[in-house]
Amino acid sequence: MDKLKIRNRLAKDKALLWTVCLLATLTAVPLFAILGEVFIRGYNQLSWSFFTEPTPTAYRVMKAIEAGTPIPGGIANGIIGTMLMLGMAVIFAIPIGILCGVFLAENAKNRYAQIVSYLTDLLQGTPSVIIGIVTYIWVVVPMKGYSAIAGSIALFIMMLPLIIRSTEETLKILPSSLKEAGLALGGNRARVMLKVQIPAAFGGIFTGVLLAISRVIGETAPLMFTALGCSFVRFSIDKPISAVPLLIWEFFNDPYLQELIWGASLFLLLFVLILNLTAKYLAKKWNQ
Amino acid sequence: MESVKPILEFKKTCVSYTKQTMAVKYVSAAIERNTITAIMGPSGCGKSTLLRAVNLMHNLYPNIRVDGEILLNNENILSMEPIDVRRRVGMVFQRPAPFPTMSIYDNVLSGYTLNGIRLSRNQKEETVEHCLQSVALWDEVKDVLNKKGTFLSGGQQQRLCIARALAMKPDVLLMDEPTSALDPIATAHIEELMQDLQKEVTILIVTHNMGQAMRISSKSMFMYLGELVEYGNTKDLFSNPKDERTKAYLTGKMG
Repeated sequence: MDKLKIRNRLAKDKALLWTVCLLATLTAVPLFAILGEVFIRGYNQLSWSFFTEPTPTAYRVMKAIEAGTPIPGGIANGIIGTMLMLGMAVIFAIPIGILCGVFLAENAKNRYAQIVSYLTDLLQGTPSVIIGIVTYIWVVVPMKGYSAIAGSIALFIMMLPLIIRSTEETLKILPSSLKEAGLALGGNRARVMLKVQIPAAFGGIFTGVLLAISRVIGETAPLMFTALGCSFVRFSIDKPISAVPLLIWEFFNDPYLQELIWGASLFLLLFVLILNLTAKYLAKKWNQ
Repeated sequence: MESVKPILEFKKTCVSYTKQTMAVKYVSAAIERNTITAIMGPSGCGKSTLLRAVNLMHNLYPNIRVDGEILLNNENILSMEPIDVRRRVGMVFQRPAPFPTMSIYDNVLSGYTLNGIRLSRNQKEETVEHCLQSVALWDEVKDVLNKKGTFLSGGQQQRLCIARALAMKPDVLLMDEPTSALDPIATAHIEELMQDLQKEVTILIVTHNMGQAMRISSKSMFMYLGELVEYGNTKDLFSNPKDERTKAYLTGKMG
């Protein structure tokens, strides 16, 4: 009698375990399907020149088609543009985001902080196309032209809530004993924050920054309104500039350049993948 | 004994978390220099709350009110700057909390770092060696000073925290159940250490463990429901408690 009951329970346990495993596998299928598709289509396009040459001109494309050789050129202009805009956005988003996160974590009961925290959530949920069009009105129109600056401002606005949130959350989960121990030694709040709390939370904050970068690196819509695109490598920040996701869109619209889509996509995907893995690894290492 | 000038004096000290309830009610007591005073009592009797009032930890939480006076060398702590008070009153917490990102060496010196005081290399080395020696940790860690503080065992971490507090040369050292998270051997180490330390510093220790209070302290307080019920020489308090509540607690009928 008892034995039967136990066997029954064990069988149920096994059934549940298998169901969970099956569902978990199912959710992983789309991810691996995407990775596989992009990898298979993209990896034979990757070559040294793909990273060092800009988008081919129409003339070079015609020549190549006439000669029957593969489409020349690459995405150097996009990579440079993406890095430039990302760099500018990160330089401003990190200090502002961390300071704001510190404020929110330290004043959790303050009414103003609660409002800011709520607005941060709202900003995080704002569709990127809206951020793009607003940045267009704010920056592109007064500056009378598309520019890398405008693009980086759009990316900055998108990164900010992610960095604020990760800083706030990481600081909040630190044991309060750490802060109290610092203050008990006679440190003022700013010093304790700078020397004890932020270093202890560094892993989480850094992970947040990397995730924010990987989140915005693939943004296309806001850059269409702000950076516009550019077919050659350019380093000036007040002129239109290209970006990898913009190039993917351009390649898609140009029947002669469609071969380049998958290489660019693969590059973007690998970049995000590496960023995410680095973030995971660092977070783990820091917590040891 | 009456002639000894107290280093720390509570005068009608009250602490309240809300308007209606007081966690510490009108505590008055004088703590003598270079003694160990144990604060005992059942959970929730306000002993930690009283202790944390001494280094103004309650200032961190705007809802908590501290009234009355607490005199440190005849100066009212409650009207002093928290930073000044905390430099003179060190604290060791229940759970060892070495700063996780700092090495053992930097942990000992963290009080100086946090106060923005610069030390010469010689002063640093001297302070680290002296403080670690006075907590009997020097021989165990002198070769691994660059490792993180969290790499040590629980008992070693707690001694490191004591060293860190001592490095600031405080007048008073507050200890909030410093051994409750430690095993018996580490506890014995720390108790032994406190006996030596009382030559340098006045210790106020909150403890759940009556045996510990008996072993280490010369004076004891018994608190119940926020009141200071009894305060006197540890020997007298344990052998001949005057109050019924103290008797009940000591015989295990309460708490």
